[in-house]
Amino acid sequence: MDPLLIKAIIVLIVFAITLLVATYSTWGERKVAAFLQDRVGPDRAGPAGLFQPLADAVKMFMKEEIIPSVSNKWLFVLGPCISMLTALMTGVVIPWGGELTIAGQTFDLQIVDLNIGILYLFGVVSLGVYGIMIGGWASNNKYSLLGAIRASSQMISYEIAMGLAIVALVMTTGTLSLKEIVQQQDAGFANIVYQPLGFIIFLICAFAETNRAPFDLPECETELIGGYHTEYSSMKLGFFLFAEYINMFVSSMVIVSFYFGGYNFPFQHEIGLEGNILTFVQTGFFFLKVSFFVFFFWWVRWTLPRFRYDQLMNLGWKVLLPLALVNIFVTGLIMYFTGNL
Amino acid sequence: MTKQAESNQTTESEKVYNIINLGPTHPATHGIFQNILKMDGEIIMDAEPTVGYIHRAFEKIAEHRPYNQITPLTDRLNYCSSPINNMGWHMTVEKLIGCEVPKRAQYMRVIIMELSRIADHVICTTIIGQDTGATTGFLYFFQMREKIYEIFEEICGARLTTNIGRIGGMERDFSETAWKKLDIFMKEFPEYLSEFQNLIERNRIFMDRTIDCGPISAERALAYGFTGPNLRAAGVDYDIRVAMPYSSYEDFEFNIPVGQNGDTYDRFMVRIQEMWESLSIIRQAVEKMPEGPFHADVPEFYLPNKEDVYSKMEALIFHFKIVMGETDVPKGEVYHSVEGGNGELGFYLVSDGGRAPYRLHFRRPCFIYYQAYPEMIINGLLSDAILTLSSLNVIAGELDA
Repeated sequence: MDPLLIKAIIVLIVFAITLLVATYSTWGERKVAAFLQDRVGPDRAGPAGLFQPLADAVKMFMKEEIIPSVSNKWLFVLGPCISMLTALMTGVVIPWGGELTIAGQTFDLQIVDLNIGILYLFGVVSLGVYGIMIGGWASNNKYSLLGAIRASSQMISYEIAMGLAIVALVMTTGTLSLKEIVQQQDAGFANIVYQPLGFIIFLICAFAETNRAPFDLPECETELIGGYHTEYSSMKLGFFLFAEYINMFVSSMVIVSFYFGGYNFPFQHEIGLEGNILTFVQTGFFFLKVSFFVFFFWWVRWTLPRFRYDQLMNLGWKVLLPLALVNIFVTGLIMYFTGNL
Repeated sequence: MTKQAESNQTTESEKVYNIINLGPTHPATHGIFQNILKMDGEIIMDAEPTVGYIHRAFEKIAEHRPYNQITPLTDRLNYCSSPINNMGWHMTVEKLIGCEVPKRAQYMRVIIMELSRIADHVICTTIIGQDTGATTGFLYFFQMREKIYEIFEEICGARLTTNIGRIGGMERDFSETAWKKLDIFMKEFPEYLSEFQNLIERNRIFMDRTIDCGPISAERALAYGFTGPNLRAAGVDYDIRVAMPYSSYEDFEFNIPVGQNGDTYDRFMVRIQEMWESLSIIRQAVEKMPEGPFHADVPEFYLPNKEDVYSKMEALIFHFKIVMGETDVPKGEVYHSVEGGNGELGFYLVSDGGRAPYRLHFRRPCFIYYQAYPEMIINGLLSDAILTLSSLNVIAGELDA
């Protein structure tokens, strides 16, 4: 078969799964929230409310499209597009499993293995803020603007700490390719063993980057009504909300790949599985780990209050940034003295 | 403050402030009131609150209504704890006509009032949590309010706007089911309250958000006329239930929790502790509940039994007069206040005889709190302003009457 065709199929599958998971995260989150709050949650559409996301999607498409007359129409539409685009683009470099052999040809379960995968990831994530900024600004609404300002300053501040946490990881692994990082963890321990502090910093920053509680200030409804998406309706609003769920899913995948061994699982070579079956089991384990972190995102959201704007900035600049620097320094020292350069 | 801000503007002519309308329909205002905020980024430079969005002219309407028909108006003041409003009104009229309510009815009233105080504080404390972003505490603990409303439903048939009790006592005795539901509530509530406290009270983020958020000193609070939990949070132990006991509150042992800083955290904690105290009052009232009639013998105001109406002349006449609102009320001028969920809820009643009051004024604590609101939020952040509003527990119905 044409390798390009196979690649195209993998791309299609990855996007489909990403969208499906994001769709069902909305259902999952509502169920988890309901469980935490002693409620039932969605249970009308289909068994256990399983068709609720579909109903929501239909609703989003059918709703009236409102573009405020005082807004900049092009930018107003561009905002959610950028959000959605960047959210989907981040999934490209994630390795979903080992190698798959079809008709004598082997393929990686990864859309593309960039040798600068981490840099690519960061570049795309940084673009994500433009969607929110442009959307919030183009709405020509003061609350939207406040939300957009909060979002952009928050994301820019936390990107620095996040980047520095990754620098320490890159120091220990010596590579920028996600595939190699994951493969290294197959040979040795998971990176969480070497980078516990880095992991915590990265996790906190991931919450901030995805605008999830306790860092959901840009859209906190009790203060800013809807924040940057106050003026949005129908599927444009849907895109903003949906992008958040995709980001959550992708962040979980990145966390798992960076710190928890990606698709690897303990004793995978000892139990006698080989070839495609091993790959499928690996992918299963990968999803298990990812689901845990997605659940963790929900769990935190429905437990903690949210920060105030200045407290958020203090945490980002005065706590996480110095900690990340210390982490790099300590990692460097340890590597120097153990001769593990 | 306004002048200062203006002079700032003239000296630094480039400085342009942003005007934001917080309300009238904003999710954080929990009702309809507007604040015109002058913002420097996220910092509030000046605030101008407006009132009157749901003004329904209750005081004027009351001048045309017989006394028993004013009770439903009081329901709609602070609708989070309408039974307290109802009871306050009944007691005011009883004071005017010089009617002594039997002990049993007084104890029943205490139980109902403390239940509604708990309901009111459940709303306020959970809403503070909700406005900091902790939705779970709100939705989880809110179930307890539902339990309280079920008890009200059993006692009087209504839930939110209760119209509970009558001038001279209660309209009926508590039913078996009501006692049973009360027992269940008293067993379940402490668990839920402790759980809620564990979740929120010592949460680092919650404490960071609420401590030093919208503080007011005891002097300023007194100068504005603060009462209730908001004054007690500032450190003044003024509670009408103790200062001017009514409805046999002197029979019960309870503490008055006070705060120190008058900030949002103290207001939150005072309310949490008051719920424990209310629970203990209810427990004492249930234990000490005396036997006897549940209403006073005031045939001019208290509706007779239906059987008597059909068989006795006096009963028929009084029934007709009460229903048609033709009871002649003695002349007089009284003030009576009760400790509402939010503070001193006062009724100033002037009667010049006849069927309706000459003048009725409600002393509404929320109206007073709202006057201090700009002072409490200026130079703070927008997020603080929202928390301050929810911790003052300004209820639009009571604010605008």
